[in-house]
Amino acid sequence: MTRRLKEIIIKRIFFLFACVSILILGLIVTFLFREGIPIFRIVSVPDFLLGGEWYPTFDPPAFGIWPLIVGSFIVTFFSTLIAVPLGVLSAVYISEVAPRPLKEVLKPLIELLAGIPSVVLGFFGMVVLAPWLQDTFDLPTGLNIVNASLMLALMAIPTISSIAEDALYTVPREFKEASYALGATKSETILKVIIPSALSGISTAVILGMARAIGETMVVLMVAGGAAAIPESLFDSVRPMPASIAAEMGEAPFRSEHYHALFATGIVLFLLTLAFNLIADYVSHKFKEVGSGTL
Amino acid sequence: MALQSSMRWRYLKEGFFFGLVRLSAFVITAALGGLLFYIFFNGLGAISWGFLTLPPTDSMTKGGIMPAILGTVYLTLGAIAIALPLGITSAIYLTEYARQGPLVRVIRIGVNCLAGVPSIVFGLFGLGLFVVFLQFGSCILSGALTLGILILPTIIGASEEALKGVPQTFREASLALGVSKWQTIYRIVLPSAMPGILTGSILGIGRAAGETAPIMFTAAAFFTAKLPSSIFDEVMALPFHIYVLATAGTHIEATRPIQFGTVLVLVGLVLVVDLVAIIIRSTIRKRKRW
Repeated sequence: MTRRLKEIIIKRIFFLFACVSILILGLIVTFLFREGIPIFRIVSVPDFLLGGEWYPTFDPPAFGIWPLIVGSFIVTFFSTLIAVPLGVLSAVYISEVAPRPLKEVLKPLIELLAGIPSVVLGFFGMVVLAPWLQDTFDLPTGLNIVNASLMLALMAIPTISSIAEDALYTVPREFKEASYALGATKSETILKVIIPSALSGISTAVILGMARAIGETMVVLMVAGGAAAIPESLFDSVRPMPASIAAEMGEAPFRSEHYHALFATGIVLFLLTLAFNLIADYVSHKFKEVGSGTL
Repeated sequence: MALQSSMRWRYLKEGFFFGLVRLSAFVITAALGGLLFYIFFNGLGAISWGFLTLPPTDSMTKGGIMPAILGTVYLTLGAIAIALPLGITSAIYLTEYARQGPLVRVIRIGVNCLAGVPSIVFGLFGLGLFVVFLQFGSCILSGALTLGILILPTIIGASEEALKGVPQTFREASLALGVSKWQTIYRIVLPSAMPGILTGSILGIGRAAGETAPIMFTAAAFFTAKLPSSIFDEVMALPFHIYVLATAGTHIEATRPIQFGTVLVLVGLVLVVDLVAIIIRSTIRKRKRW
């Protein structure tokens, strides 16, 4: 009897620990809102989200984060445009094309590259890519959308590539064999059988890569240039949301309007990435591959 | 004739497709490899025994980065000390105890969402909860807690994978001998899963060491005159040191070599840690007897 009781107690304890993640998520929401909500006494939610002017330190201040939202979406969009084809095609290479020894080197290598700290990529973009862009295209500054998108893409590629590779790997062998048996070439098999069967995994990879890009701080803080305005060209500077939070929080007086506005920006960022992740979760479960393959 | 030209077209497409695939694999390896080589060759000149063991001097334009290395080690060890017990127990519940159902689904979605929270939001959260609400202030404890929460999903994921990899027959054999469930987990399942869990934890260490945004408001200082004496002191940290030297201050150009040196130390640290994890994992996979 005591043994049974002990088992039940142990089970309960483990359950409590498993709930810690949910608890933390709840705490994140609570504290973001606790510190962020007060700003909405000063500006309305639509004015905050869609207001075109972000002058938090002016008198009177303006708290419109539309330029920051636009900045975030632009760099995310262009980095995705670069990272998705490169990430997915390299995953195809590793999974289907590369000879075995090369594959065994490339797979861990890509994983290793995913571990490069973002501050290092930001530093590289700032010190190497920015001066090069500035000289080559004769620009006032090399810290701009192009630079940020390239460095973000470089950061997202390993993530996309390794998740997509996992998805391709799980496509059942029978699918390939059936396709070959029908006389399809290798590229036809990859394009028309393997990639479509792994599509849910590949989509998950893309969405997670985008979520990573939109939430990434150090790269955009260091290389996006920091201009809080709607950009007119690809060589303009932008100030994505994470960069704004990171750059200004140090200077915003404690519990000032500015401080609350930055937390409110954090809420927007949090909800955006949450949406991305829920979509990724939905996609990976809803369109799970048939056969023995799972993500 | 028509057949022949259609075959030629197919061969052409075949060649084009493989060319494209090879090219993209080449481009990303070259870009990322080039970046690492560039950092290596530019940073190597700054590395010396003094650089690694001395504090910065002359308002951070000379001297070493020892306090930043030490700070990163403290923060990272603190983070893993918090995340590892929480992560392993969560994973044990999810794989060994939980029945598939709405509750487990909610927990899993929660873990996935936590994994996707941007690092700067963790920073805001740490500021709101640990620094302000619990009044720890900006210190090692706040930073380690924030980083620990950040790597928690990584640890849970890796531990779950490792636990799932233990064959069901192991558990059945133990239970058939009349061993209780908890003893089975503790004596049979956990030891078999340990190497996998270890790998995940090491990857978590690599992640925590490189993060900047979560510690900006919770732990990191531009410069500390002396080394931290308790967990309630602010610390310097490698990633934050790089950011500060590269963007703030009046000696940005003059401190370039120090910046490259610090970047090389950080990259070296993170990549070596990750490499160890990857090697351990591939060794386990080869040695696995089941």
